[in-house]
Amino acid sequence: MSQATFEEMSVSDFFYRNRDIAGLTNPSRSIFVAIREVVENSLDAAESQKIPPDVYVRLSFEAEATKETQIYKLRVQDNGCGIQPQFIPSAFGQVLYGSKYKLKQARGTFGLGGKMAVLYGQITTHKPVLVTSSTGQEKIYSFKLMIDIQRNKPIILDRKVITNKDNWRGTVIEFTLEGDYLRAMPKIIEYFKQTALVNPYANITFVDPKGRLYKFTRATSVMPDPPTETLPHPYGVDVELLQRLIQVTTCTNMSTFLRQHFHRVGEITAQKFLDFAGLPVSKNPKKLSHEEIVKLMQNLKRYKDFLPPDASCLSPLGEELLKAGVMKELNPEYLVVHQRKPSTYAGHPFIVEMAIAYGGGVPKTGNFVIYRFANKIPLLYDEASDVAYKVISAMTWRRYKVTPDMPIAILIHVCSTKVPYKTVGKEFISDRIEVRKEEANAIREVSRQLSHFLTRQEHVHMEKKRLSIFNKYLPRIAEFSTTLSGQTKRPDIDKLLKSVQKYGTEES
Amino acid sequence: MAQKKAKITERKQEVLKGLKAFGTSVYNQLDQGVFPSVNMPSRSTENITYDERLRQYILGEKIVGRSTRNIRHIKPFTQLAWVALFSNELTSQRKTSTLRDVYYSAQAYEMTFSDQQESNNIITDLETLTGFAREDFNIFPEERSAIFGDLDVAYTVPGYEGKSVNLTSHPDGVLIGPAITSSEFLKTSANKIIAIEKGALFTRFIEESVHSKHKSLLISCGGQAPRQTRSFIRRLHDELNLPVFILTDGDPWGMHIAQVIISGSANAAHLRDLNTPDAVWSGVWASDIIEYKLPTDPLDEVDIKRLYELQKDPRYQNDPIWQREIKTFLKIRRKTELEAFSRYGLTYIVDKYLPTKLEAVPDVAAGPDKKKK
Repeated sequence: MSQATFEEMSVSDFFYRNRDIAGLTNPSRSIFVAIREVVENSLDAAESQKIPPDVYVRLSFEAEATKETQIYKLRVQDNGCGIQPQFIPSAFGQVLYGSKYKLKQARGTFGLGGKMAVLYGQITTHKPVLVTSSTGQEKIYSFKLMIDIQRNKPIILDRKVITNKDNWRGTVIEFTLEGDYLRAMPKIIEYFKQTALVNPYANITFVDPKGRLYKFTRATSVMPDPPTETLPHPYGVDVELLQRLIQVTTCTNMSTFLRQHFHRVGEITAQKFLDFAGLPVSKNPKKLSHEEIVKLMQNLKRYKDFLPPDASCLSPLGEELLKAGVMKELNPEYLVVHQRKPSTYAGHPFIVEMAIAYGGGVPKTGNFVIYRFANKIPLLYDEASDVAYKVISAMTWRRYKVTPDMPIAILIHVCSTKVPYKTVGKEFISDRIEVRKEEANAIREVSRQLSHFLTRQEHVHMEKKRLSIFNKYLPRIAEFSTTLSGQTKRPDIDKLLKSVQKYGTEES
Repeated sequence: MAQKKAKITERKQEVLKGLKAFGTSVYNQLDQGVFPSVNMPSRSTENITYDERLRQYILGEKIVGRSTRNIRHIKPFTQLAWVALFSNELTSQRKTSTLRDVYYSAQAYEMTFSDQQESNNIITDLETLTGFAREDFNIFPEERSAIFGDLDVAYTVPGYEGKSVNLTSHPDGVLIGPAITSSEFLKTSANKIIAIEKGALFTRFIEESVHSKHKSLLISCGGQAPRQTRSFIRRLHDELNLPVFILTDGDPWGMHIAQVIISGSANAAHLRDLNTPDAVWSGVWASDIIEYKLPTDPLDEVDIKRLYELQKDPRYQNDPIWQREIKTFLKIRRKTELEAFSRYGLTYIVDKYLPTKLEAVPDVAAGPDKKKK
C-alpha cells in the first residue's frame, strides 16, 4: 500500500507550473505578454492619480539563448504614482499581492500580470529584477529583488536610497527575460498602436532591440475621471461574501445592514426588498441562520427592483477621448462614437463604448478591422472567439449600406470592475448575454449614424454628378440651338446653371 | 416634270424649316432663362393604334415631354439637338449619311452615343418631333434593295442633276439608294410593280424578262423591305399610278413582309407615306401550296405562334384573304418557299404561276378596297 504525500504549493509555485494560463505559452507570446503587463501597470499607476502618463519602454538585446530565442532586457519607466518603499518588495516579488483587489476598474485584476512577467524573467534568466520608485517625496528607493518561488516571498538582494533632488515621481522596473522578439514584433507594435489609440492622453515611447523608435504622442491631456471604489452590488454577492459582511458589520438591523454594505441600496429599496424576502426590518443580521443567509443570497439575486450599479466605479474613456484617440491613430474620414449607459452582468457593472471609423487612414482589407479593448487594454489574440466578433458577424450590414470591402474599422471598449474574460490571458471576452446585448445595441447605434453618413455622402456625390451633367450639356444645347436657329449670339445660360446649383444645395 | 422637281425642293425646304423651328424654340427658351423642353407624341405601345381610314398604324393623343430640367432627359435632349443640327447640315448641303455614320459623326462633336441603338432612337425622336422621315434628313439605313424595269429617272443629287438613266441599264438591277429615291420619274412603259421578297428570284425574273413580258417594274425587297424602299414603292404607286403586287415565301414571315409594305409597321407609326395600302399580296398563299402541290416543310412552333399573333393583328382584319390564308396555314401545318416552283422547271413560276396570280389577285383583293373608297 503506497502512501500519498500531500504538500502545500505556494501561489507563485502554482503559477510557475501553470504559467500558460497567464498567456506565457511560448517565447514570442511571452515577451508580448511581459511587455503588456508591465506597461499596463505603468498606465494604471499614472491614471489613478489623473496624471497624463509618460511611459518609456526599452527592450534591448542581451545574449542569444537558444536557436530561436534571445535574452532581452526590458526596462519600463513611468511617471505614475510611485510605490511607497515598504510595499515595493511585495508588489514585485509576491504573486497575488497588489492594490487591485477592490471593486473598481483597473487594467489588471488579479495583481498577477506584472509579477508573472517578473517571475517569467527570473525562471528564464535567473536574474533579479531592479525596481526604482518614488512617490515624489524626498527619497528615491531602489530594490534588487528575486522571488522565492516556493514560499511566494520576495528576496531583497540590495536596497538603495538616494535623495530625490528633482522631485521625480514614478517607477522604473528593469529585468531580463527570454523571448522571441522578431516573431512577436508585429503584435507588440500593434499593441502599442492600439494602446495609444485608447489612451490618447498618454505619451508612449518604445525602443526596440534594433534601436528603432516608436513614439506615440498624446493628443490631449484631458483624462477620464479615475474610478472610485464601490460596495458590492446585491446581484453580485455569494454566501461567502454575505457571511464575511455579517461578521464585520456593526449594524444591528437588516435595513441598515443592506444600506451600509451594498451598492445603491437606500431606505426605500431596503424596505421593499425585505418585504419581498419576508425578513423583518428589525432582524439582527448577526442572528441570521445559515439557511436564512442562503435564502437571503437567493432573494438578493431574484429581486428585480434593485437599481443598476452606477458607473462611478468605472472609468470609461468617454466619447470625446475615444474620438481623440481614433482620430489620432486612424485619422478616418468619418467617425462616430457611442457610449452605452452602464449595465450589469451578475452584479458587475460594465460600460460598452463603440466607435466606427470610415475611410481616411482606415485600411481597406476586404473585411472590417476590429479593435477590441477591455479596460483600455488592447485584445490582440483570438478575435474570432470574442463576443464582439459574434456581434459584428450577426449584423445585417446590408441594411446599413455597409459592405465588408469598405474601409471600416470598428472599435469596441468594454470596461468593467470585472471584465468577463474567458481566460487569465486576457485575450477575449466571453459571450455573456448582457454584454452581447449592449455591444449589439452599441454597434447598431453607430452603424445607423454611419449609414446616414453614407447616404449623405451618396447624396453629395449624386448632387455633384447632377451638377456636372448640367454643366456638361446645357452649353452644348446652347451651341447647337444657336447654329440651328441661325442666331449669331449664344443665349446666356449662366442663370440656368446658377439655378441648378441653388436648387442643388437646397436638395442636399 | 418641273412641278415634280419643285415638289422635291419644296419638301427639302419644309424639312429645313421644321429643323430650324426646333432650333429656334430651344434657343428662345434658353434666352428667356427657361429650361428648354419639347413635347412629342408618345411612341409607347399603348399609344399606337391602327387607323382603319389611313390603313396604317398611327400614334394616339398621348404626349411625352423632354425637359432639360430633368437630369435623365438632358443627355438625350442634347443628342436630339445635335442630330437636328447634323440633319440640318446634311439636308442643306445635300449630303447623305447612314445610321452608322451618324453614330460615328457624333463622336467628332464629343456627343457620344453609348451604342448604335441609342443614336437610332434619337433619330426616331427627331422624326416624331418634326414629322419627317430620316430619309428626309438624308440619313439612310445600311440595307439596300434594288429595282429593275423600264423607267427613266432624272437625278437630283449634287453632280448628277438633270442626268437621266433607264432602270434596265444594269442587269443586276439598280440599288434603291438616296439617288434613286430622290430622283424624278420621267417615263415608263410598265403597267405594274412586282415586289419580290428574295434577291434570287428577282434575278431569275430579270433573266426571264418578266419586266418586258409582263410590263412590270421589278423590286427586290431583300427580306423585310427597308423603309426607303417602302416609301419608294409608295411614290411609284402614287406618281405613276401603277398597281403593286407582292410575292413572298409561303410562310407567316413572308406574309408579314407583304403586310408591312401594305399597312406599315408599328415602329413607323409616327410617319406617313411609308406604306402602300393598295398593294396586293399575290402569293405564295397557303392555298397555293395545295393547289400547286408544292414541296413543303412542316411549320415549326415559332411559325405557329406567329400565325396566332397575326390572326389577332388589326392589319389582318380588313381583307378576308388574310384570315383565310392564316386558317389554311394552320390547317395544313406546312410552309413553302418561292423557289419551290422549280420542281416544275425553272420557268414555271414565270410562265404559269405569275400570269394566273396577276390576273386573279386584283379581283379578290380589290373588292373590299373599292368598297371603302
